[in-house]
Amino acid sequence: MNRTWLNSLSEGLAEFYRAPYRQTLAREARARDDVFMMLVFGESLGVPNPAHPYTLELMPVLYESFHDWHTRMGHEHSPLDNVRCC
Amino acid sequence: MMNSIVLLVIGLTGMMTGWFFYSKFIAKRIYQLDDNFLTPAHEFRDGVDYVPTNRYVLWGHHFTSVAGAAPIVGPAIAVIWGWGPAFLWVVLGTIFFAGVHDFGALWASVRNKGRSIGALSETLLGANARSMFMLVMFLVLLMVNAAFATVIATLLIKFPSAVIPVWGAIVVAIGIGQAMYRSSLGLLWPSVIGVTLLYALIFVGDAVPISLPETMFGVSDNIVWVVLLFAYAGVASVLPVWMLLQPRDYINGVQLFIALGFIYLATLLAAPDVVVPFLNHDAPENTPSIVPLLFVTIACGAISGFHGLVSSGTSSKQLDKETDARLVGYGGAVGEGLLALAAIICATAGFASLAEWKAVYTHFGAGSVGAFVSGGASIISNGLGLPAGVAATMLTVTAALFAGTTMDTGLRLQRYVIQEAAEIAGIEPLKGTWGATLTALACCLAIAFGAGTDGAGGMAIWPLFGTANQLLAALTLLMVTVLLAQQGRSTVYTLAPLCFLLVMTLYALLLQIGSFLGQGNYVLTLMALAILGAALLVTVTAVRVLRKTGFELVSRSPVRP
Repeated sequence: MNRTWLNSLSEGLAEFYRAPYRQTLAREARARDDVFMMLVFGESLGVPNPAHPYTLELMPVLYESFHDWHTRMGHEHSPLDNVRCC
Repeated sequence: MMNSIVLLVIGLTGMMTGWFFYSKFIAKRIYQLDDNFLTPAHEFRDGVDYVPTNRYVLWGHHFTSVAGAAPIVGPAIAVIWGWGPAFLWVVLGTIFFAGVHDFGALWASVRNKGRSIGALSETLLGANARSMFMLVMFLVLLMVNAAFATVIATLLIKFPSAVIPVWGAIVVAIGIGQAMYRSSLGLLWPSVIGVTLLYALIFVGDAVPISLPETMFGVSDNIVWVVLLFAYAGVASVLPVWMLLQPRDYINGVQLFIALGFIYLATLLAAPDVVVPFLNHDAPENTPSIVPLLFVTIACGAISGFHGLVSSGTSSKQLDKETDARLVGYGGAVGEGLLALAAIICATAGFASLAEWKAVYTHFGAGSVGAFVSGGASIISNGLGLPAGVAATMLTVTAALFAGTTMDTGLRLQRYVIQEAAEIAGIEPLKGTWGATLTALACCLAIAFGAGTDGAGGMAIWPLFGTANQLLAALTLLMVTVLLAQQGRSTVYTLAPLCFLLVMTLYALLLQIGSFLGQGNYVLTLMALAILGAALLVTVTAVRVLRKTGFELVSRSPVRP
């Protein structure tokens, strides 16, 4: 048994382990990210957030995923005037 | 008396012929797979749902997610009619029914952007088809949970040596889950260590059997186990999947290959005689008629609608090339057929004499997994020299782990269905995780105990579970047939199994409603009526939709180059 054979077996097993749950885990991760988006953009939407000064700094980082988020949450167009993603 | 090797060789030859010739014919002429077709895995590649996956890995998941305790339970019950009917139905069913069905579901989904069969049903069969689909699926899940709780409880009582490994496997699974979650290690060492630990637990369990007292708090041990199992499934189904379900599924997959290898190798080495006749003319009283009941008692292992859900929901989104569908779909069905064949061999050749076998198969539904375990254990101990107790514990663990994971997954799916329904109906308390889980649990327990007060009702449900499962298969076959008809291809290869299934399911349902009414079992009567309603709807839909397509049984149009 050489090393590469063992490695590919190990990778195959890892794939066998991960693949069936990729979708479930990605959905879960997305659900958590959505909560985080709400924390960051909450203040702009009128939900008071005591941590606003800190989350404000994060907004530019999250702008890119803003469009996906608001469409996922059921707004066809951006609910914020200052973010014109669509 | 026939030797079990003959059975094994004929069965294997049959399924291999199906794989090498029939599936090739279907792939080329009927589904017309195309190597250059852009599969959804490539077209919508996103690294999450749509990922081109190595076909052997994909076959591995597909096979292990469709194979469970059901292809063991069904055949192990059905051998009560003799080995012949069960054997023929499993082998021919795998070749002409299950293979074409699983393969077809996969093909239909790949050709429709990887959409699931449920979603396709709306487009192909009309708006009501989807709700019907959801209803049948919910009933299947309900019954499978009730039946499997009974299966595991019976096993734990009959084989007390399995108590420690069955519950200990949960700890091992959690360990593997943590190792995978917290490190970027490959899976080779965690797997080797995990499987070694599991087998160590099997030896520990064999040395330290644990039985519950026959009555606790005024109820029987069977009831206590059923309640404990549901409590476990309830908790497990709300845990994050990576913590328990994912590693458990993984261990089951690995364990499935090990157990299958053990059984087949031991059968070859021990070459036990099949003590049961081809047709058992001396079946116990009250054994239902072989036609149609055989065809719903063995669902998984011959054809099962549940596979269509796996084929279309997940596997289709990961298919690298369309031509891989033959290996994944048809090959997955052959894998399950092999498991069912192993179950038949264990339940017919693992006994010393016909008299001993008859002492186990005293009524319809007796035998079941217990017969598979004790029969299989005697074959393994003769063939491989393992102590019979250890072998029995190993097989019990295999069956119980499968059934347990199915309960966990099933309950999770039921929760989603309830939450979705609550969302539509606006029932606030059922929208939450716990509210929905408790409702699902209550339904399952009601079925398990409503069908028989001692909690053994799960087994009375088995053939009814089969009818719902076959109905699901019929729905999938109908969709595949419609797709074929729309493209002017031969439909006989999917239409013939479809008609056969519908006739057998309807016939079996009518017989069962009669017998449930006779027993005064109104819970099961209601359930059977619901399935009958769905079955009639499927039939009407089939006739309506197919008439519109102007289908040809054998197409005269030339095959596309």
